[in-house]
Amino acid sequence: MVRVLRWVFFVLVVRPVIMVILGLNVRHREKLPHQGPAVLTANHNSHLDALVLITLMPLRLLHRIRPVAAEDYFLSNKALAWFSTRIIGILPIPRRRTTGVDDPMTACGEALERGDILIFFPEGSRGEPEKMTEFRGGIGKLAGRNPEVPVTPIYLHGLGKALPKGEAMVVPFFLDVIVGEALRFDDGYEDFLGELRHRMEALAEEGDFVSWD
Amino acid sequence: MFDIRHDVLIALGGILAILVIASVVTFALRTKLSAGIHRELNQRLQSWWTMVAIFAVAISVSDIVSLIFFALVSFLALKEYLSLIPTRRVDRQVIFWAYLAIPLQYVLVGYEWYGMFIILIPVYAFLLLPMRMVLAGETANFLRAMGTLHWGLMAMVFSISHVAYLLVLPEEVNPGAGGAGLVLFLVFLTQFNDVSQYIWGKLFGRHQAVPTVSPAKSVEGLIGGLVTTTALALVLGPWLTPLDQPQSIGAGLIIGTAGFVGDAVISALKRDLGVKDSGSLLPGHGGVLDRVDSLIYTAPLFFHYTFYLHY
Repeated sequence: MVRVLRWVFFVLVVRPVIMVILGLNVRHREKLPHQGPAVLTANHNSHLDALVLITLMPLRLLHRIRPVAAEDYFLSNKALAWFSTRIIGILPIPRRRTTGVDDPMTACGEALERGDILIFFPEGSRGEPEKMTEFRGGIGKLAGRNPEVPVTPIYLHGLGKALPKGEAMVVPFFLDVIVGEALRFDDGYEDFLGELRHRMEALAEEGDFVSWD
Repeated sequence: MFDIRHDVLIALGGILAILVIASVVTFALRTKLSAGIHRELNQRLQSWWTMVAIFAVAISVSDIVSLIFFALVSFLALKEYLSLIPTRRVDRQVIFWAYLAIPLQYVLVGYEWYGMFIILIPVYAFLLLPMRMVLAGETANFLRAMGTLHWGLMAMVFSISHVAYLLVLPEEVNPGAGGAGLVLFLVFLTQFNDVSQYIWGKLFGRHQAVPTVSPAKSVEGLIGGLVTTTALALVLGPWLTPLDQPQSIGAGLIIGTAGFVGDAVISALKRDLGVKDSGSLLPGHGGVLDRVDSLIYTAPLFFHYTFYLHY
């Protein structure tokens, strides 16, 4: 039942809003993974980021896609928690490792073992519109524990204009999506983070978008 | 529903025949052309098939459907434009207000309120949007923001809505083909002119027409296109529009020249912004803006030419 609701929500609400009100220009769509387990990583500007990434993937994989999100924000009240976990399908994790609680990455690892496709924002928070901030370590830890899982870097542009942090009104702007070559954890946590960062910056450069000042 | 005129149906049949011939020719030439060019031609043709199908349905079902269709074209073109140009963060709300001009403008078309249709954007939007920007309070790049936003509204909404206004012009002036006939004449000749300038240019192009703006455009293409388009206008004009033969020649010359200029203006704009295509919505063509560039110039000019002579 919830699975049907989720499907209906994405087909009738999310897709029309993202494809018509906003609109996607996707480059290198063929580099997206065709099945799970896989990790999609992107720069983070807006709540719509995760919905755009879900829209990029075929509907038959919808039930497999789980955006990894902070539980203190998305589970803060019952209605939001139901909507986030059941309809959007988020995988809630604690922002910080707290003593006595399971490592946040354990739940992610289990999901990957089930063949899920995780959406992961290495910057953690949405931050300033259209500016990329430092990557936090979580993605390196996750990739290190699941070295066989491909991590696909995706650069998003335009969502910080359409719906930035702290705004409630969506203003139509085309979104540019540039998909990069997937990478796997090879040797070393720092190397992996550096390489991921490097690829994301190369994608941003490929886009060469005009400034938003 | 489907109160389509006989003449319009025949004209649509003619367009269908052209597409069939173009597809057959492209298929027949598949071994003679390089793989890259053949693929591009195929992509373009496929997009043409889709565009013609949508356009045919849009102008034949009912006026309301047509208005929604042209409003959507304006919306897509304006969104593409605003996504390409530099905008300011403080102007998010102003840009939202600018988008509201689209439904308003097309509602005015629907109510056939010509007096307001013709001043909504050139007068009211022109005066009010800068006022809203003043309230936002940011003066850095103020002139750029104000100027680019208004140019976008004029081109993508004001100009293109003239195509829609052709639909609601009094039927008795053009009893044969009605408003749909006028729209078909304008849109078909504009697109035909683009294609024929391209083909004449490919075949005989020697002298560049605007080398720094668009190196591919040639004087030979411009003249060849102009002659072909005018000849076709002479045949189609008296049948689809209230224009007589000399007036149809005038319309052909206007559409041929204005189409070239519109195309060149959008090329210059894209060159300034450093982009090749305005988007990726129409495979082989680029974005919506790449397809309606000529129409931005031909629509208001053809409208006011015909309006002055007959309405």
